Amino acid sequence: MRKRQTATSEHADMTRQMTGAKMVVQALIDQGVDTVFGYPGGAVLPIYDEVFQQNSIKHILVRHEQGAVHAAEGYARATGKPGVCLVTSGPGATNAVTGLTDALMDSIPIIVLTGQVPTFMIGSDAFQEADTVGITRPCTKHNWLVKETDKLSDVIHEAFHVATSGRPGPVLIDIPKDVQFATGSYNAPKPSTSHYQPQVKGDMEAITELVAALEVAKRPVFYTGGGVINSGPEASQLLRELVSSTGFPITSTLMGLGCYPASGKHWLGMLGMHGLYEANMAMHDCDLMINIGARFDDRITGRIDAFSPRSKKAHIDIDPSSINKVIKADIPIVGDVGHVLEDILKVWKSRGRKTNSAAVAKWWGQIEEWKKVDCLKFKQGPKTIKPQHALARLEALTKDHDRYICTEVGQHQMWAAQYLNFEDPNRWMTSGGLGTMGYGFPASIGVQMGHPDALVINVAGEASWLMNMQELGTAMQFNLPVKQFILNNERLGMVRQWQELLHGERYSHSWSESLPDFVKLAEAFGAKGIICSDPADLDDAIMEMINHDGPVLFDCLVEKHENCFPMIPSGKAHNEMLLGEADTQGVIDAKGSVLV
Amino acid sequence: MSALKLKKGSTSHSAYNLRPTFSDVIEKHTLAVLVENEPGVLARVIGLFAGRGYNIESLTVAEVDHQGHLSRITIVTTGTPQVIEQIKAQLGRIVSVHEVHDLTVEGPSVERELAMFKVAGQGDKRVEALRLADIFRANVVDSTLETFIFEITGAPEKIDAFADLMRPLGLTEVARTGVAALPRGD
Repeated sequence: MRKRQTATSEHADMTRQMTGAKMVVQALIDQGVDTVFGYPGGAVLPIYDEVFQQNSIKHILVRHEQGAVHAAEGYARATGKPGVCLVTSGPGATNAVTGLTDALMDSIPIIVLTGQVPTFMIGSDAFQEADTVGITRPCTKHNWLVKETDKLSDVIHEAFHVATSGRPGPVLIDIPKDVQFATGSYNAPKPSTSHYQPQVKGDMEAITELVAALEVAKRPVFYTGGGVINSGPEASQLLRELVSSTGFPITSTLMGLGCYPASGKHWLGMLGMHGLYEANMAMHDCDLMINIGARFDDRITGRIDAFSPRSKKAHIDIDPSSINKVIKADIPIVGDVGHVLEDILKVWKSRGRKTNSAAVAKWWGQIEEWKKVDCLKFKQGPKTIKPQHALARLEALTKDHDRYICTEVGQHQMWAAQYLNFEDPNRWMTSGGLGTMGYGFPASIGVQMGHPDALVINVAGEASWLMNMQELGTAMQFNLPVKQFILNNERLGMVRQWQELLHGERYSHSWSESLPDFVKLAEAFGAKGIICSDPADLDDAIMEMINHDGPVLFDCLVEKHENCFPMIPSGKAHNEMLLGEADTQGVIDAKGSVLV
Repeated sequence: MSALKLKKGSTSHSAYNLRPTFSDVIEKHTLAVLVENEPGVLARVIGLFAGRGYNIESLTVAEVDHQGHLSRITIVTTGTPQVIEQIKAQLGRIVSVHEVHDLTVEGPSVERELAMFKVAGQGDKRVEALRLADIFRANVVDSTLETFIFEITGAPEKIDAFADLMRPLGLTEVARTGVAALPRGD
């Protein structure tokens, strides 16, 4: 009885004395964290000692800190919860930088905890010392160096608030070793009182203006992005309601795939540099563009001064700095996608659910004409597997599974976006903004941790996959049955494609001379390896991969010189797409070749 | 915040009262940025300008509210209207930034700067320097037989003008604080 009273009174003032190291673990538990991806080292040993003495949080030992951050990103994107990493000072922290930058560009909420040399040694060039907060300032949404144990718990709770509110992003907390050892008072989480409270409700006047534009639009198109996914599953539901009740066509960026189902009848497919013909043509010719949670990235806009020249543009974004950054918005709405969509639907319904249906029907007629171009068609011959065919078969054989897809970066990534269909949000993990080769494998490990029973596939190129191949050890140790579907063309395919189109077919360093035997490589780690080069064997090999209970390395030998189409060349407009090899002669001028 | 009597910044949370953008005209704007006074906060602001290629013509920073742990950074910057709006929006999303005010568009404001000039010379030039300093209401804060140090406050243009006059009279060293600015009235 007495004991319980003590516990209650402790709970009442919500402070307890404990070491900084214990605080870290306690704060993570109180924030609902169940998984941490990390790698120990000298400056985080006290925290690892606490990790050892508890069972609430599962720690996944990665093989490289970059892998820890990408795994946390994959976990965050597939579960909607923030991902957490724990790494040591110096090289541990600097190895995390690529992952942090990746998460910043793609607005993924992750919390990275780094060890630091003791406070009295900071600035002395101590062993494994790095100016972690200085190095990571431009690649985090915010970061903290905690010099007092008493402040540690509040900073950790605030870090979760900052990472997950507004436009999500990565945060980092640098914790010196003496702060981990010292005892201080622990505060339990409470609703954030910080001044950082981004606006989520959109301005009603602007929303009404957008509804008025929806009512009269003749050639409307929804252009959606990762903001819909980040806003949560409700936002995707509201988007689906808005699309089906207005009957307007919808396209999405790479980041937003899944927010509207690919099987939905208003779906145009992905837009952008390697987007579908009908999607890009609709963007170019529309009279009302409704940007929902996308940011007019250069992969989307192509040539700015020729971007959708005759349209009124509405832009819904939670980050005011996205508005008018690249493309001038006629109807800017700052707010969370879910909240704004709810208000749009409310106002639109209250005004009588009007659309210019006759004009929109005519617009659909035009879109159907564009669809007839069938821009994703390819011819699969009897000898070599075309990468497009490999993905089409992967789609056919896995679509009925509880499936999550990750990718690396390059041609295979674009083909995956084109040939795989996404029916729901949080099912597609790819490095969009930063374009990080080596992202997909560790991300697939994070996804599998979040969804232990799901079929998690990483569509990879052999070059990207090799960049973080050490994580095969992690997958084996934690028995994570991630499937690595490697489209092996023995080339840096996208680099090779650009060299062909832009650099006179001088293939400077875009192929690998000595690739490993992927089957033996898998076996060396105790995993299963499958090799497939004959189109006739492909289905059986994919089924073997799916049915194997454990990590699989699938070495799919594909056509070596296939190019990725459609393609909007650098410096060109949406209506100047290349649809195939025949279109490629001298298409990119000197000005365009400077662009990336 | 109320103790400082500052209006809510026009760009910190809203994009509706943006001015027309996408013009090529280069404008000069004075921004007042209220930030959490914590280690590294100035690096965040300067890093933003360096990383995104924005200009800084002048920058001053000091704590202005000890209890509230707030510092005020006054930045004079140049750019097209679109760039200026971007700068304000980008500043507004730094977590340690509380408020962003564009004093150039938020109404009349007062801009002042303090400068010190060391002028070395003898004879007529020395007399002339002293006479001009008097006209500009500059104070002599140090004197030797061959040098003066003048202290002058005023708008940056006034200080520029004083510097132009002192140069032929033996100006050897200049120290300027950069602009501090406040909006007029309430």
